[in-house]
Amino acid sequence: MTWFRREKQRLQLPESTHIRTEGLWIKCEGCRQIIWKKDLEANWNVCPKCEYHFRLDARERLRLLLDEGKYTEHDAGLETTNPLDFVDLKPYPDRVRSAQQATGLKDAVITAEGKMGERATLVCAMEYSFIGGSMGCVVGEKITRAIERAAAQRLPLVVVSASGGARMMEGTVSLMQMAKISASLARLDEAGLPFLSVLTDPTTGGVTASFAMLGDLNISEPGALIGFAGPRVIEQTIRQKLPAGFQRAEFLLQHGMLDAVVPRLELKAFLVRTLGFLMG
Amino acid sequence: MTFDPDKARKELEGIEREIDALGNNSSDRATEERIEQLSEQVRQLRADLATHPSAWYRVQLARHPQRPHTLDYVQHLFQDFTEIHGDRGFGDDPALVAGLARFHGQPVVVVGHQKGHDTQQKLRRNFGMPKPEGYRKALRVMKLGAKFHRPIISFVDTPGAYPGIDSEERGQAEAIARNLREMARLPAPIVVLITGEGGSGGALAIAVGDRILMLENAVYSVISPEGCASITWRDSAKAEQAAEALKITAYDLQSLGIIDQVIAEPLGGAHADPPKMAQLLDPILEKSLYELQQMPVPELLERRYQKFRLMGQCFRDGTG
Repeated sequence: MTWFRREKQRLQLPESTHIRTEGLWIKCEGCRQIIWKKDLEANWNVCPKCEYHFRLDARERLRLLLDEGKYTEHDAGLETTNPLDFVDLKPYPDRVRSAQQATGLKDAVITAEGKMGERATLVCAMEYSFIGGSMGCVVGEKITRAIERAAAQRLPLVVVSASGGARMMEGTVSLMQMAKISASLARLDEAGLPFLSVLTDPTTGGVTASFAMLGDLNISEPGALIGFAGPRVIEQTIRQKLPAGFQRAEFLLQHGMLDAVVPRLELKAFLVRTLGFLMG
Repeated sequence: MTFDPDKARKELEGIEREIDALGNNSSDRATEERIEQLSEQVRQLRADLATHPSAWYRVQLARHPQRPHTLDYVQHLFQDFTEIHGDRGFGDDPALVAGLARFHGQPVVVVGHQKGHDTQQKLRRNFGMPKPEGYRKALRVMKLGAKFHRPIISFVDTPGAYPGIDSEERGQAEAIARNLREMARLPAPIVVLITGEGGSGGALAIAVGDRILMLENAVYSVISPEGCASITWRDSAKAEQAAEALKITAYDLQSLGIIDQVIAEPLGGAHADPPKMAQLLDPILEKSLYELQQMPVPELLERRYQKFRLMGQCFRDGTG
């Protein structure tokens, strides 16, 4: 029994008056300051305060490097068929499907052609958020096709890597992609065409131990983790803490493993300039 | 039900003891029938053991401390082995041996991982885990061979390239990568023998060739079963399951088109009879070398390229 009765309908608040605050700000891992996300994105994911380099996804990377952000994608439809019928806690095809939904890509690399400083160039960009940027048969095939295309059309090649290495769920098939890509790079080398390798955070395992280290120039961004074995594996093997800065781009530069460490905002200019030195 | 080789082996021993016991007693008709029956079981078990050990069991065989390693094969297969040391840049890596030798009188180049059979040797050889200078030495010696048109024979048996601070400082990844690219175009026949553990990039770094042969209890994988288990199940005790899932046995890899031929081992595995193992290997190696040497170098290199180019065509075009 109610004494009072609501006469009118409850006031409906329009959806738009809700103010969403989450995700608008981000804490910089370099300087620990709070940055407005839009400022960060406008600056190609480089902290405007301390120049800490956040990761950049494959599409943004291509937009950064190619004139007016325009490019034609190649082999966009290639997807894996699960060579081993691999199942761990989750069947491999399910993992691939959720990565495809999250990234809008079929696998962990975009291969594209566009103009870079007015020069037609083939650019491959790896996507770290697709199963750790791991290299299975699709990544292997797409990069190999890009290399063969570069040789056939006499174009320079730029590969931007970001990868944990070979894709475990494709087993030895993924290991063989290292040999396949390296073999086609030998042919590109003989064809006398430049291959610039850009190693971004992180590049490890079978990707470093194949094409990423085979550039005519090997270039990286400040602070990028680059190595063969992952830091955790090394710590477990030698049972001691790793020195600060170990396996970072600056460490590799100091040990003679990189040609240059170039800040992201200067990367395109650097690539355009060096290609100018190498090509007629 | 999965086949359990350990159980089968125990069962086999039991039955053989029973046969011995029966054979020593009277020889009436019932006993003879019983022996006949048991002998049939023995044949069946032996056949199963030869063809169906689990992947995990093969991993154990591949890692067996008495399994023949590169220098054992060198002793049994080659004459006049002359070891070549050092990478001419940093040092000599005992985990990877290289040298010149004769095979049926013919001069060849031999490279291979070297593990060691006892603790002292294992430590000296760093458990067969090379550092960058090891891979650079291998490439240097292979190039030397190619310069003089000598075929190259590579023995693969490593848990992996050594993951350490010094390895990273000296460019482990670069050394492996360079080997992959250069082996793809070395103008000499290359026969690769995967004799034990094919541990990921550290194995592949000397495993690009014209013929990839694999012993039947060897394994070849992108990651160790233990490593895979600790990543996917967060439990390295699941290694047995991981070994199965990763498809790392010679027969699996043959059906995936990654290796060319599986080489049978003596019953019980190569460690049971190393001279016999070498004896089984010898004619296959000789035949492979002979076939490859009939080919003109440009054809050899084109075939080598296509061989790896076509590995793992496990994709479809999802746009159609």
